[in-house]
Amino acid sequence: MVRKDKKWELRLYVAGKTPKSVTALKNLQRYCEEHLKGQYRIEVIDLLLQPQLAEGDQIFAIPTLVRKVPEPIRKIIGDLSNEEKVLVGLNIRPVIMK
Amino acid sequence: MQALLKTKTGINGLDEITVGGIPQGRTTLVCGGPGCGKTLLSMEFIVKGAMMYNEPGVFIAFEEKTEELTTNVASLGFDLQKLQKAKKLRLDYVHIDRDEIEETGEYDLDGLFIRLEHAIDSIGAKRVVLDTIENLFSGLSNQAILRAELRRLFHWLNEKGVTAIVTGEQGEGKLTRNGLEEYVSDCVILLDHRVINQISTRRLRVVKYRGSVHGTNEYPFLIDENGISVLPVTSVKLERKVSAERISTGIPSLDEMVGGKGFYRGSSILISGTAGTGKTSIAAYFANETCKRNEKCIFFAFEESPAQIIRNMKSIGLNLNPHMKKGLLHFHSARPALYGLEMHLAGIYKLVKEVKPSVVVLDPITNLVTIGLLHEVNSMLMRLIDFLQSENITVVLTALTSVMDQKIDEGVSSLVDAWISVKDLESNGERNRAVYVMKSRGMKHSNQVREFVISDRGVQLIEIFVGAGGIVVGSERDAEMRRKAGEGENEEQFRNEQARRRQTDSSVNGTKKAGKKTNKNNHGQKR
Repeated sequence: MVRKDKKWELRLYVAGKTPKSVTALKNLQRYCEEHLKGQYRIEVIDLLLQPQLAEGDQIFAIPTLVRKVPEPIRKIIGDLSNEEKVLVGLNIRPVIMK
Repeated sequence: MQALLKTKTGINGLDEITVGGIPQGRTTLVCGGPGCGKTLLSMEFIVKGAMMYNEPGVFIAFEEKTEELTTNVASLGFDLQKLQKAKKLRLDYVHIDRDEIEETGEYDLDGLFIRLEHAIDSIGAKRVVLDTIENLFSGLSNQAILRAELRRLFHWLNEKGVTAIVTGEQGEGKLTRNGLEEYVSDCVILLDHRVINQISTRRLRVVKYRGSVHGTNEYPFLIDENGISVLPVTSVKLERKVSAERISTGIPSLDEMVGGKGFYRGSSILISGTAGTGKTSIAAYFANETCKRNEKCIFFAFEESPAQIIRNMKSIGLNLNPHMKKGLLHFHSARPALYGLEMHLAGIYKLVKEVKPSVVVLDPITNLVTIGLLHEVNSMLMRLIDFLQSENITVVLTALTSVMDQKIDEGVSSLVDAWISVKDLESNGERNRAVYVMKSRGMKHSNQVREFVISDRGVQLIEIFVGAGGIVVGSERDAEMRRKAGEGENEEQFRNEQARRRQTDSSVNGTKKAGKKTNKNNHGQKR
């Protein structure tokens, strides 16, 4: 059953405004606008400012995208340049297909 | 020029091998196969640092969860929770699960760096452990990024000024599976857990230590309730203090054979003989005498259990129990096959350091041959004797000869200072014991063979009776003495005593030449 109001809670971990982080955020925003319009929320966490948050989500690579909701938690590391992989990773594709 | 600064690991023996510890402010690689003790060694480095040197430490675990780790090392007496509360330690578990992670595009390991830095700064850590960083390789597929990042990580650790240990799993033909040794160039320690002839021994070797001398051998190490102990028992320098003090063997007549005062303190004494000649009894006397002087003694028994020895010694009038209760006498019984030669050495070394005895008995050393080649046993004994003598501990070794064709004697005899040989003399259907001093460095000693008698009243050496046909021993000597006593007044009493003691009557051959010694409480055979 696909509900229109299904939410995607995404968290992107970055460390400062590095090119990789900027690219990742741009990529993510683009995919979300295309496929999840109105159904997503992106939270960007800069570990340089909040290093203590790295432990909780088991972050070791930067940038890391964490899909908090829907469960289960998924992680995608890298600048998210491969759209296909990101969509599969976020479990967006099947929803769209239906 | 400034010499290389070192950080003490606090691990028994390791600081001696590395002449002061691992390089300060740099990264040391500890590698080895599964179960070789890498995690434990690195954890001990952190814990000892926090407890002994007031250097807080960060432990980043890639393999075990922090709770698991805490439980695992609790058995070694490390209370990680307490240390964490006291801000002396920070544990962090980095979980990498390939199934959870998708990789797309460029990334770096800044997340790990940030976590590490946060952990280091939060407690002012001086020591860092990454155990084992190789898990990154199984979790991430982009090797190029990983390698570049690792290089950056080690560089960063150096800049941070922390003394770090990274661990790595041993790979085929390489020190580590993923070639971590390429990045860590200052100090590499290899741990090994080997099974030879079904006996396993843990060993440690410093493969490389740039800019420092270090012991290059493989050193056995122990993991027990006190953590790790490495045993650098290899010094073969012949420099040690010698003592002119003499200590009694507990057998006055034996003391007499070496000038009446016994052996030098801190010397090594070998008692060799065939089976059942009373080697253990002599050793037990020595131990007993040591305890009587209120000194400590450790009796390493490789053949019998302590209870057995105590019972058997009671039968010859030697009660060792009170000494044990007083804590003067320590028994350590172990079958040689229980573990490898090096481990035995390690165990002995450790116990000696703990108890600080003045006399050590090894009974018998020949049993060790069952678990090692002869030259290995000899080299182990050499190191052991060396170690004990450097501590000014007198060591009594017993050796069973007939089985060994005297080979071990030859090897060991040059190491020992004194050598007592107990032999069987068979004549007239009797087996009697004779004892003589083969050598005794630096002291006058008797060249005579003496008859060695063990009875329920103890051990005794009787001056040899020389009859017409040469030496007479056993019942023959008894008869000889009886005859001599007959010349005196209490012939009757003596005869009664003889009859009571002896079951078989011996053929008195009535030689006229009598021995000189009159010994009052002399007996024939033992028991």
